[in-house]
Amino acid sequence: MAERYWQKEIETASREQIKAIQDERLVKTVKHVYENVEMYRKRMDEAGVSPDDIKGAEDLHKLPFTTKQDLRDYYPYGLFAVPQKDVVRLHASSGTTGKQIVVGYTKHDLEVWDDIAARQLYAVGADENDFIHVAYGYGLFTGGFGLHGGAGRIGATAIPVSSGNTDRQITILQDFGSTVLCCTPSYAMYIAEQIKEKGIDPKSLSLKAGIFGAEPWTEEMRRQIEEMLDIKAYDVYGLTEIMGPCVSYECSEQTGMHVNEDHFIVETIDPDTGEVLPYGTPGELVFTCISKECCPFIRYRTRDIGVLSIEPCSCGRTFVKMTKPKGRTDDMLIIRGVNVFPSQIETVLLRMGYSPNYKIFVDRVNNTDTLLVQVEMTEDMFSDTVTKIKEHEKAIKAELRSLLGIGADVQLVAPGSIERSMGKAKRVEDKRKLIGG
Amino acid sequence: MSIRQISVFVENKQGSLVKITDVLAKENIDLRAMSIADTQDFGILRLIVSDTDRALEVLRRENCIVTVTDVVGARLRNEPGALATVVKVLSEGGINMEYMYAFNGATPHHAYMVLRVDDNDRVEQLLLQSGIKSITEAQVCEI
Repeated sequence: MAERYWQKEIETASREQIKAIQDERLVKTVKHVYENVEMYRKRMDEAGVSPDDIKGAEDLHKLPFTTKQDLRDYYPYGLFAVPQKDVVRLHASSGTTGKQIVVGYTKHDLEVWDDIAARQLYAVGADENDFIHVAYGYGLFTGGFGLHGGAGRIGATAIPVSSGNTDRQITILQDFGSTVLCCTPSYAMYIAEQIKEKGIDPKSLSLKAGIFGAEPWTEEMRRQIEEMLDIKAYDVYGLTEIMGPCVSYECSEQTGMHVNEDHFIVETIDPDTGEVLPYGTPGELVFTCISKECCPFIRYRTRDIGVLSIEPCSCGRTFVKMTKPKGRTDDMLIIRGVNVFPSQIETVLLRMGYSPNYKIFVDRVNNTDTLLVQVEMTEDMFSDTVTKIKEHEKAIKAELRSLLGIGADVQLVAPGSIERSMGKAKRVEDKRKLIGG
Repeated sequence: MSIRQISVFVENKQGSLVKITDVLAKENIDLRAMSIADTQDFGILRLIVSDTDRALEVLRRENCIVTVTDVVGARLRNEPGALATVVKVLSEGGINMEYMYAFNGATPHHAYMVLRVDDNDRVEQLLLQSGIKSITEAQVCEI
């Protein structure tokens, strides 16, 4: 099938054309925030940078960063760059790691969002003939409305199921003929498990693709979901602070997500020094919004670790690609001084053919950090002898040790005993935080 | 000749055994023999039941993790030295035994041993040469 684009001209533009658009929009945005947001004016004055110093994307590094803490400090509307009468929508981030944050959108901002979600839908082969099953939560969370807007934009049929009630999700998949499923990867996995348990043949469904994001997941999990649901599973990236889902989007090549560079400039930085890193080097992803009106944050630090690539893509799109983030630096655990991402543990389990249902417990016993990984037992690994089962435990332990560089305990638990998530999965319980805050 | 044994994964948590025994009771499935192997984290409940196929079906329906193993059921005279004979025969025959457990029938004349070994046919042969009969799955229900 020939590749289709929602906005071909910009999605396949030359790098020079993209740079020209970025230069023009960045200059305009910097003026806009300097004139309308007190924090940016103050910060730029302090740094001795005036809007006139910013002539193009190459001057971006002169500008100060924006952090999540800034959004909390200026909560709720302190960073809005337009008067309230122009704000048509608010969204908020759940604030699992602290106080919630809120962002606003003008009519224009929502149109941009619809367009980038439309690009994602076209990139996975959807058009007006498709049924877009949105099982992301609707509400203050951006997931549901983001993909919903894109579906409307391309003239597809949106099915706003929202998250939860898995039996009903499956009935709708069957009865309404959903062709594209949008939800978190962990929820997709749960839906797939339930479909299998009910003895429903995935080939009997009309589903052909899935757009899964809002939490880190692994290639191994992608393959498993693709096999279980008999679909192509695509990654999508976004965050409330920048827009919501579809800040970057995956194409048919499935090797990373194209950043919508006409709306966002992406950089990777060294998280410790703030120094800008070259393409190909893993670093913290930093986004600058260059077309938004209400919340055009400048150099927003995502805490997500990723790698950027400008290698030509077989899909024909010319936007920079970012790898699936290995994890948010917020999710990173430091155990006995070693950095551990929950996604690394997931990789080990799935590569070895074990259950994707796991939970990580970190604790501190006698001043030493302990790491325990609970994995659900499957029939494949079960045996009538203790020795055989222990061999699985030992094999997982050995793999974890070799990949993470630290020892972990492994505990096999009953199937279904690890809590399933309808939204973002809670993979880690760090009991150390309870002590002394 | 061998008998099918069902093993069920039991999490080391209050109530997990109740779930298994409850579902079997509700389905009217009789437990002929059982043993538990336990570790710090989990247990393996091994069962010989009156209706293996139905037991498997209902346990799987309840999301239990199960596996089926063929084991040897040996009928021994219920008297001192009977087990010693079995163990000696197998030892001399070079048989590796993973585990074994005993159960009784309705009559006091015989006792039964479940033997988990690596070569069921050879074990049954060796036992027979010493006059010890093995029982079939159908016979288990009639004991």
